[in-house]
Amino acid sequence: MAQDKAQDNRAWLGVLPVMLIVAFSGVIPLMTVVNYSVQDILDFNTRFFVGFEWYRETLTDPRFIDAFLRQLGFSAAVLAIEIPLGIVIARGMPTQGLRASLLLVLLATPLLIPWNVVGTIWQIYARSDIGLLGVTLNEMGFAFNYTAEPLHAWLTLLAMDIWHWTSLVALLVFAGLTSVPAACYQAAELDGASKWQVFRHVELPRLKGVLVIAVLLRLMDSFMIYTEPFVLTGGGPGNTTTFLSQYLATMAVGQFDLGPAAAFSVIYFLFILLFSWLFYTSVMRSEEDS
Amino acid sequence: MNRRSRLSRWVLAAYCVYLILPLYWLLTLALRSNADIAGVFQLVPSNPTLANFAEILSNPVWYEGFVNSLSYVLLNTLISVFAALPAAYVFSRYRFLGDRQLFFWLLTNRMAPPAVFLLPFFQLYSSIGLFDTPLAVALAHCLFTVPLSVWILEGFMSGVPTEIDDMARIDGHSFWFFFTRIFLPINRGAIGVTVFFCFMFSWVELLLARTLTGSEAKPIVVVMTRTVSASGMDWGVLAAAGIFTVLPGILVVWFVRQHLVKGFALGRV
Repeated sequence: MAQDKAQDNRAWLGVLPVMLIVAFSGVIPLMTVVNYSVQDILDFNTRFFVGFEWYRETLTDPRFIDAFLRQLGFSAAVLAIEIPLGIVIARGMPTQGLRASLLLVLLATPLLIPWNVVGTIWQIYARSDIGLLGVTLNEMGFAFNYTAEPLHAWLTLLAMDIWHWTSLVALLVFAGLTSVPAACYQAAELDGASKWQVFRHVELPRLKGVLVIAVLLRLMDSFMIYTEPFVLTGGGPGNTTTFLSQYLATMAVGQFDLGPAAAFSVIYFLFILLFSWLFYTSVMRSEEDS
Repeated sequence: MNRRSRLSRWVLAAYCVYLILPLYWLLTLALRSNADIAGVFQLVPSNPTLANFAEILSNPVWYEGFVNSLSYVLLNTLISVFAALPAAYVFSRYRFLGDRQLFFWLLTNRMAPPAVFLLPFFQLYSSIGLFDTPLAVALAHCLFTVPLSVWILEGFMSGVPTEIDDMARIDGHSFWFFFTRIFLPINRGAIGVTVFFCFMFSWVELLLARTLTGSEAKPIVVVMTRTVSASGMDWGVLAAAGIFTVLPGILVVWFVRQHLVKGFALGRV
């Protein structure tokens, strides 16, 4: 947000509709979950207040910690690959003509496929007996089998996520790039700037806004990934691809431990909040410094 | 000057191949029978069939699911864009008490892990009598589409110089005239992009849509999961349904594409 704006508290009127909608569909469910998380719920009429018991239990649960570390690894890998890749793809895009339109449609297609179908496509695509990817890899001499090898399961999940979501980054960056005035490129050319310098000093500062949105979206969504791994690997082999959402779902739905599952959810929510806030404030601070 | 380096063009070409191969696989699955899919590996279907598409077109459950999905997605997109426009405008033009905190708080609503939150959602919408209506799903999806719309729109609106606001005032136009006749047309590209993102995130969401609907408003993503579980894994039909579900979104992109390029000319983002 720019710094030279008028101060006017009447602006709240403009924000009011958004506030009401989000408070209704966001705050009420959140408070309900917080309420569950401090109770032992046997059924809906028999409940006891247990304080922070479930929080303590969750944070010392080794399976929670394992799932959390796997989750961190997955999200870090997703961000490290998809953000740079998305930027490079966006910079390679033509800006007009039929080819540009067709490329935009192609990039948008994976985003529009329902997530359970994405999981199913990759489940078959990567199978070593009947899938294009699996069969090809095996023909080339790799003993690829994602249902038995944890490493292969991880790589398949990553490949699927890159396929599914890199387009989001690419589309946002592409939109941001078209806002760079042609004059800036010409000036850089006169100065004899290299391609890297043009990117670093002309494009990157103007891409900051879209990149913040892209990083936050990918951070949050990869941290909450559920449907695709559920369909593709089911958390296996063993527990090697069981991420936080998956573990939470077995707790909430499979065992119907509402209290502990609610505490788990609140902790989970707070972690995502913490990471997003750290990223957001560090970006905003560097904006004020410069 | 051309910003497209040779490297980035090669990466783009390679990525397109990477994108197309699973899509091609989806298409071949849709053209094969189930026994055929599970039985042998075929690069090109040896005896292609349209039976899977016929199954979807002949069974009204699919058609109803498609209409149900479309109705809540359109409702959600409308609500999100109309609520987000004034909010994004004031965020881009004024400083006010708690503006930064509010801006970030909006986004935090995206961060609720669904598994446990589904139950309070179900209770909330049941208690106000909206359960099993498109409006319930549309409102629930506002949780993530509204904040996203505000973020995207604010980014673009901040790039529009405030001189435009001042000039309209000097010309004696009312605020309403300025906002609807001058400001919104300038930002139509941003609105197009926002519509696409609302449409997309609402269209593919499965868990909330499944929780908030019964038999009346059942969306197509839910029809998919149930058909699959009824007769084992019905991959062929699922793939064909997958192809059908992509079509409306592609239409949206096709209409938005010009704005995606042109509309950003003024945007700072």
